Amino acid sequence: MSGLVYLLPAALFLGGLGLIGFVWALRSGQYEDLDGAAERVLLDEDPDRS
Amino acid sequence: MAARELGDGAFQAELSIPAAHCAACIRTVERALAELPNVTGARVNLSTRRVSVRWRGEVMPPIPSTLVAIGYPPHVFDAAFEGSDQTLAELIRAVAVSGFAAANIMLLSVSVWSGAEGSTRDLFHWLSALIAIPALIFAGRIYYRSAWSALRRFRMNMDVPIAIGITLAYALSLHEVVTHGQHAYFDASVTLLFFLLIGRTLDHMMRDRARSAVIGLARMQPRGALLLEEDGTREYRPVSEIRAGDRILVAVGERLPVDSIVEDGRSDIDAAITSGESVAQPVAPGDELRGGVLNLTGPLTVRALRPASGSFLAEMTRLMEAAEGGRAGYRRIAERVSTLYAPVVHLTALLTFIGWMLVDGNWHQAITIGIAVLIITCPCALGLAVPIVQVVAARRLFEAGIMMKDGSALERLVDVDTVAFDKTGTLTMGSLRLTNADRVAPDHLAIAGALAAHSRHPASAAITAAASRNAAAPLVAPAEIPGCGVEGRRGGDVWRLGRAAWAAPESASAQGTVLSRNGVAVAEFAFDDLLRPGAEEAVRQLRAEGLEVEMLSGDQPARCAEVAGRLGIETYAAGLLPAEKVARVKELAGEGRKVLMVGDGLNDAPALAAAQVSMAPGSAADIGRYAADLVFLGKELDSVTLSRTMARRADRLIRQNIGIAIAYNFIAVPIAILGYVTPLIAAIAMSVSSLIVIGNALRLLRSGPGRAPDATGATAYEEQPA
Repeated sequence: MSGLVYLLPAALFLGGLGLIGFVWALRSGQYEDLDGAAERVLLDEDPDRS
Repeated sequence: MAARELGDGAFQAELSIPAAHCAACIRTVERALAELPNVTGARVNLSTRRVSVRWRGEVMPPIPSTLVAIGYPPHVFDAAFEGSDQTLAELIRAVAVSGFAAANIMLLSVSVWSGAEGSTRDLFHWLSALIAIPALIFAGRIYYRSAWSALRRFRMNMDVPIAIGITLAYALSLHEVVTHGQHAYFDASVTLLFFLLIGRTLDHMMRDRARSAVIGLARMQPRGALLLEEDGTREYRPVSEIRAGDRILVAVGERLPVDSIVEDGRSDIDAAITSGESVAQPVAPGDELRGGVLNLTGPLTVRALRPASGSFLAEMTRLMEAAEGGRAGYRRIAERVSTLYAPVVHLTALLTFIGWMLVDGNWHQAITIGIAVLIITCPCALGLAVPIVQVVAARRLFEAGIMMKDGSALERLVDVDTVAFDKTGTLTMGSLRLTNADRVAPDHLAIAGALAAHSRHPASAAITAAASRNAAAPLVAPAEIPGCGVEGRRGGDVWRLGRAAWAAPESASAQGTVLSRNGVAVAEFAFDDLLRPGAEEAVRQLRAEGLEVEMLSGDQPARCAEVAGRLGIETYAAGLLPAEKVARVKELAGEGRKVLMVGDGLNDAPALAAAQVSMAPGSAADIGRYAADLVFLGKELDSVTLSRTMARRADRLIRQNIGIAIAYNFIAVPIAILGYVTPLIAAIAMSVSSLIVIGNALRLLRSGPGRAPDATGATAYEEQPA
């Protein structure tokens, strides 16, 4: 029982972190161009635009 | 062009670039745009085939001309199709929140089921209650909203029992927790939400994907046009800004944006998409042209007669809106089931409550059991039964190059008994085929082929295709004379290929398309329509399945008779106006027929909207693609039979799934009514029934259309050997 006192909050906190991470990724538009992201891997970084 | 002000002197514009398809495209476009003056950034979105450009300053950099120069002609972005992503984002967020809550509550519940007692159990229950609240409010509001809007109009949908079920389950569990009870249904209420949201999100994504794929094809109708201003400057403007009297430059291979009159230039035009006529017609100054026709051989300067809103296209849209109703009366299977299901379930729960009150008069127990009935009958499997099958079917069709825009299209396709085809562009490819190649001397055919290679006229394409096996003879100074034909020199002779009156003025008897040497006809060419691959088999198979096949065309009777004869179509109508096509479809519907309309042209769009269900090839006019329920990208017409086969298989699986869901209720409801349901049993029963339904739907994915043994024996689609 005493172990639960910190195990439960820790579990919920980690789960919540994952949820927040997902929502952040969604909001910052990382799911908006899945095809493009797959193709951009093949592009070299443009030195003059970085 | 529409530019959005971002503040601080920065602007942003979005353009559609359908030609972009690979990493190299991204690089080329982004680099070229970034090098323009004042441009601060350009980013290509490959999924939506768009580029968004940001720049500083009031003056817009020459973005469209730059894109044209590097080979990615932009289409002015059509804002009418914006805004669908909002729903998807909300659904995905809801799935994430409910998934998080469901997983955590389920873990806590497992501890309770495996024997947690006393204050530990209470702690777990309180925690579950706490986690469930945001999930119900955030993820559940989608169902609450939908259920409320249905109830407000005194209607029932599947969301009503869902909303009532999860709310009552939560309320009951909260009461249990407060009174230190043993059974809490937080897990049931949240997992239910999670499962149902997955089904709903998949359904939405499927439609979204098909829709954006269809929009990505937006090439046929020009979104913008090159205007010639009074002071001689040229400017690219969206179609909606064209006014009557504007002068427009129409290059070879472009479509006319609006109804207009030719001012300067000679050419041939292809009107197949507007009127269904398959033969190209010559045009000269003074001719009136409809918006949407394709300019084939020479550049034209035209004066707009009407703005886009008054043009042929807009007229078709109006006809289409008037014709809508082929599907308005249709109610989806899920809707039909839910109108029966919800009252039965609620009545059962109520009767259970009354029954237990009569038996032992214990309020608390009667309410608990009544709510348990509601929870166990919550249409989890039923809510997944239909969308999951349609999502899987849509994916199968997507792989075969067929876009389904609405799940109900499959349901409507099932009981179709009449198929009406358009001719030009649907049964035929809209291009010509040379029929008398064997009667033309080989060296004449070779010369004709060499001349024809310099023209975009459909007849030229047919001659080039037929002559390709012969060695092309060298020609000197070939030139296309718009509206007439092609001319070239070889040795001391002048060879001409084209209209008889122009090519062979010396030979009065010559007709049609001829090849001439120094004005004397040496060969005549005859053409017929090139049939779409698979057209014959598709028509034969549809007829073999007992469907009526009709052809509705705007082309001349002689050409229709010829094509109908070749395909074995007995009923056909030629020379139809768009409104007459609609009238024919409505007449058939009036006879109680279920009509599938397959067509591609602007002139078919109203008929597509009027039919029970409609299909269009990917080459169809925008408006036709938007009107059609299914769009097939391949050339093969067997997409029609394939879709129908898939629709029937999906229909069978949907009925099976609904059967499974009902059978589940027959077993589970008596147990619930007798009061034996605990949260553990509810969780197992609901998960198992959902998994069975999903597994059954996935069977559609496993077997190929041809290999699947068909229970009815009515259809057998033979897959083409790869």
